[in-house]
Amino acid sequence: MTPSVPVQTTVRTPPLAEPSGWHRITLTVNGEQITAEVESRLLLSDFLRDRLGLTGTHVGCEHGVCGACTVLLDDEPVRTCLALAVQCDGVSVRTVESLAPGDAPLTSVQRAFHECHGMQCGFCTPGFVMTATALTEQPERPGPEEVADALGGHLCRCTGYRNIRRAVCQALDERFGE
Amino acid sequence: MKPTPFDYTTARSVAEAVALLADPTRDAKIMAGGQSLIPMLNMRLARPELLVDITRIPELSHLTVDASGALHIGAAVRQSRTAADPAVRRGWPLLAAAIEHIGHPQIRSRGTVCGSLAHHDPAGELPTVARALDARFVITGPRGIRTVRAEDFFVATFSTAVGEDELLLEAVFPPPPAQHGWAFEELTRRHGDFATVAVSVLLERDSVAGTVRSARVVFSGAGPVPVRLPAAEDTLVGTRVGEEALAAARRAALAGLSPSADVHASAAHRRETAAHLLVRACTTAWERC
Ligand SMILES: Cc1cc2nc3c(=O)[nH]c(=O)nc-3n(C[C@H](O)[C@H](O)[C@H](O)COP(=O)(O)OP(=O)(O)OC[C@H]3O[C@@H](n4cnc5c(N)ncnc54)[C@H](O)[C@@H]3O)c2cc1C
Ligand code: FES
Ligand code: FES
Repeated sequence: MTPSVPVQTTVRTPPLAEPSGWHRITLTVNGEQITAEVESRLLLSDFLRDRLGLTGTHVGCEHGVCGACTVLLDDEPVRTCLALAVQCDGVSVRTVESLAPGDAPLTSVQRAFHECHGMQCGFCTPGFVMTATALTEQPERPGPEEVADALGGHLCRCTGYRNIRRAVCQALDERFGE
Repeated sequence: MKPTPFDYTTARSVAEAVALLADPTRDAKIMAGGQSLIPMLNMRLARPELLVDITRIPELSHLTVDASGALHIGAAVRQSRTAADPAVRRGWPLLAAAIEHIGHPQIRSRGTVCGSLAHHDPAGELPTVARALDARFVITGPRGIRTVRAEDFFVATFSTAVGEDELLLEAVFPPPPAQHGWAFEELTRRHGDFATVAVSVLLERDSVAGTVRSARVVFSGAGPVPVRLPAAEDTLVGTRVGEEALAAARRAALAGLSPSADVHASAAHRRETAAHLLVRACTTAWERC
């Protein structure tokens, strides 16, 4: 047996690996104000997941097609894989974690997804739920075409669309009356 | 699927943005909504050294109708805001309708009108509409400000009159004809996809004669730039858009279009579809006159 070499531990901030700009941003995430240093090229999706640990926002395609990464930026549904964290200075972000924090009751959208079984594996669910949340927050009930257009911005690999649509309709009924 | 390193800056004025673009030491690129640029960065098809975000420049966020009745859309104005604007819906419904065919609300909430025009995907909706509505493009750069007409703006696939060191300030849409009908028709694999073929039709009605005074017919997905088809327009002018005029317009489209083939459609399929969509669009436009 070779004598074990004592491992020396040093804690240090790694130097910038690449000569890419870093920026200090301040934004509101789920109601909490956050200031962070971010590299220019950091995608908002990676900022949320890797830096803030908010892994409810899922990442599928990373080129804007699947919709799994959708969150609300200043109340509008947006692809976080098509936004840079640095662009979000001063912006308000709401992720799926904002909906029923801790032991809070589920929102009407979450409950509707649960009751209508609007999911199978659940990978696409956070994106759908955030888009549906924006629909229920509109001043007037969106028409069926508008709902279809919004849901069309998401792909469900398990093809659970019927129940997803049913869930969104239930949430809209609850919000606006049938 | 992560971008290569780059620097990022938020330009506070047009002058600052232009100065950054002109800096010979760094390869700078404008970023508007990022809905075409960020996918290209993620796939490393674009590797700029500096991104100049223009969306917070106050001078570029105007969506206004001037004294002459022309609509001005600043470079920072998003597609969703444009399509929802009451003045746009009233005066330029063709523009609002076409925007609703772009991707999905999650894309239009960030994508800008000018970004789509400057990007110029030949399958995009807005270039054909800009051509049909005879839009003007105001461009600035180190050599000053100039205005370019839609027919000269689109040069080739992903290429426009906006130079590498220039910025598209705004798109200007002239006032619509007093009495006009419009239609936007497109074929896509799924709603929200880029057009396989699309057509914009604008008909002006002569209220005395009760016939078409002028017509504009422009296709996308039929070539590397929006294709205007005067031969089809001529068949409509002076008519009440009956069966005969429509059949002639259809023949003009079949004879006059030479689209290319790609994975989405063969050239023949595109041409047939274009002719079919044209007939449908002319009918709708005339009904709206
Ligand atoms: C899933 C998905 C689906 C889509 N579907 C469609 C569709 O069906 N139809 C369609 O037409 N588009 C579609 N798009 C593209 C979308 O509409 C983009 O918003 C648009 O093409 C580009 O606008 P942007 O503001 O996002 O520009 P950016 O992505 O920021 O920029 C695009 C390019 O234009 C340049 N640019 C931007 N603004 C200016 C300016 N003012 N002056 C000079 N250069 C400028 C940039 O440097 C860059 O090269 C889709 C995108 C996605 C992700
Ligand atoms: S991961 Fe963002 S849309 Fe697919
Ligand atoms: S439930 Fe599996 S991807 Fe939608």
